[in-house]
Amino acid sequence: MPQINLLQAVNSALDTAMAHDPRVICLGQDIGQFGGVFRATSKLQEKYGKQRCFNTPITEQGIVGFSIGLAAQGSIAVAEIQFADYIFPAFDQIVNEAAKFRYRSGDQFNCGGLTIRTPYGGGIAGGLYHSQSPEAYFCHTPGLKVVIPSTAYQAKGLLLSAIRDPDPVIFFEPKAIYRAEVGEVPDDDYEIPLGVAEVVTEGADITLVGWGAQMHQLHRAAKMALQDGISCEVIDLRTLLPWDLETVAASVNKTGRLIISHEAPRTGGFAGEISAAVQEQCFLSLESPIMRVAGMDTPFPLVFEKEYLPDYLKVYEAIKQSVNF
Amino acid sequence: MTAKSKQTDVLRFTETTDLTIPTLRILDADGKLRKNAHEPVIDKATALKIYENMAYIRVLDERMLAAQRQGRLSFYLTCTGEEASVVGSIAGFKSHDMVMSQYREQAALRYRGFSSEQFMNQLLSNDLDFGKGRQMPIHYGSHELNYMTISSPLATQIPQAAGYAYGQKLAGKDACTICYFGDGAASEGDFHAGLNMAAVSNCPVVFVVRNNGYAISTPTSEQFAGDGIAPRGIGYGISSIRVDGNDILAVYAASVEARRLALQTNAPVIIETMSYRLGAHSTSDDPSSYRNADEEEIWRQKDPILRMKKWLLDKGWWSDQQDHQLKTQYKKEILDALKSQEKRPSPPLSDLITDVYKTPPLHLRQQYTELLNHIAKYPDHYLPNPNNSGHQSALTQVN
Repeated sequence: MPQINLLQAVNSALDTAMAHDPRVICLGQDIGQFGGVFRATSKLQEKYGKQRCFNTPITEQGIVGFSIGLAAQGSIAVAEIQFADYIFPAFDQIVNEAAKFRYRSGDQFNCGGLTIRTPYGGGIAGGLYHSQSPEAYFCHTPGLKVVIPSTAYQAKGLLLSAIRDPDPVIFFEPKAIYRAEVGEVPDDDYEIPLGVAEVVTEGADITLVGWGAQMHQLHRAAKMALQDGISCEVIDLRTLLPWDLETVAASVNKTGRLIISHEAPRTGGFAGEISAAVQEQCFLSLESPIMRVAGMDTPFPLVFEKEYLPDYLKVYEAIKQSVNF
Repeated sequence: MTAKSKQTDVLRFTETTDLTIPTLRILDADGKLRKNAHEPVIDKATALKIYENMAYIRVLDERMLAAQRQGRLSFYLTCTGEEASVVGSIAGFKSHDMVMSQYREQAALRYRGFSSEQFMNQLLSNDLDFGKGRQMPIHYGSHELNYMTISSPLATQIPQAAGYAYGQKLAGKDACTICYFGDGAASEGDFHAGLNMAAVSNCPVVFVVRNNGYAISTPTSEQFAGDGIAPRGIGYGISSIRVDGNDILAVYAASVEARRLALQTNAPVIIETMSYRLGAHSTSDDPSSYRNADEEEIWRQKDPILRMKKWLLDKGWWSDQQDHQLKTQYKKEILDALKSQEKRPSPPLSDLITDVYKTPPLHLRQQYTELLNHIAKYPDHYLPNPNNSGHQSALTQVN
């Protein structure tokens, strides 16, 4: 099996989807001949023509609105928003339109063919506006699905599922590990089901939950903890909406402890939702308070990016605190 | 590519007055063909269908306004004064063209064949409402009639219409999209986004802007400084026309041509219909606080239905007796439909969680079960509508 990086896996998924279904259309800023600023859509215009893979003007609300219409018409629209930081002009189209399209029409119309891909997260010295993790805003919107891969294998399988899913999906791509994350990815078509978490490492003492680029910090912290004799169960959520409470609760009932970690600011972050739901399910199994290791409640900084981010050392310290509670 | 710009030695700013768009008018105020104007090709059947639809909507609006005042509807919104803008335009399209409207275009839906019962089902949120009782009155939609379900946020349908039309083009269908909105919506970002996307991506979509003078209470003089909406189309590279929105023949002729242009050139077209919102914005609005009756009276004299009627009478295609009969018949049809459809039950409670996603996910099903268990404890509190069989059947599921 070929070894490719996460970015190439995204490209492979788009290529596979377009090859298998002529209704699949990719659109976004600079995604045509140039192949996107990160090259996720490299060679797609060359292969499938300008009608199916094209540049758009710089208008996020236009890109998403247009894609909703395309999907409602019967196409499979895969829109790229160049950076998740710039998704906000399209917020109304996503939250008020895409998310409610099926519901408000009584299932007469839907835009389930819509997938919005967007690179998110810090770690690239991008400062305020090339670093944000806005997933929680969208997790608060019934009707959307929110998916975030952490490996090349996941990126292809989850993106193919997202594109073919009958509901609109926002697919956040961890750009910090676009090239660093390399793994075996089949050339073939395959899907990873949405809404199902993956227990990446089994453990007995504490559960660590995360997604996207943050998984690397969790794995590293888990290795350090193992040196101290603490066995961590590491769970990659993969889909944030709807999320797999069953898997997480089963793990917490076993370990009695939980840490959730994300790059986004702590207040109102998705860890809060997970924490609340888990304590409802696992109250009597808990040995210590559920902890959140998250970004600080500041705009995403530039020079202090390293200090701001919830890195493996912060996770490691939280593990020790939880175990020694 | 930018249009080739001529070079000049003169320092001169282009003034806004350098581009003013004229208004196409075919019928004068008395319904007579204007000198030098060309009457569009229109057969008697089409002309009568147009007229009957306008008359129907006027009666529907009057009756529903009254029903809202009586407390039988929670909300309503009339099209009064703008019937020709809507019916004249929809008549220029084919039934397989998609309609993406704002909210004041019920006449277009009627033209496609929406029945009085179907209007009532939506307005009353009963079990036969296609929207399953989820949206406020007037948010119609019909898959069968190619009429996209209305959503309240303004202008969102504009970029969507561009995308829909692009899909129609790729599918190789001889179909386009007609997209309605008002002068107020044209201030939204989605207007600019949608027009630009439509022009750049060569989408066969016709934008019909109803310039009716007001956005709720805000007059157009406080909405924009330029010459209305049509010139903006030119800025985006879109063929644009302005018509007298109370002149049915002008609206119809422009619409037939706009459809032809859109499909033949695979490009968007804009029609700006100049009219006046004779009624309030909605039943929650009172125009007497922001405009005077004299102004309204001037426009009442320009009634588009009356103008078309005069033209029909002159042609010998219509009579006063037929007119009277028709209106009486519509009034009865609508009141009968109101009476029968308001007896119908609400949609089933289970519709609360369906269609959020194609299949309700686990957490939604759990929340629904929690709700049913709660309702079972306080059934009287949650059963305000005695016709509501939905709750009863839902409760049986739990017990």
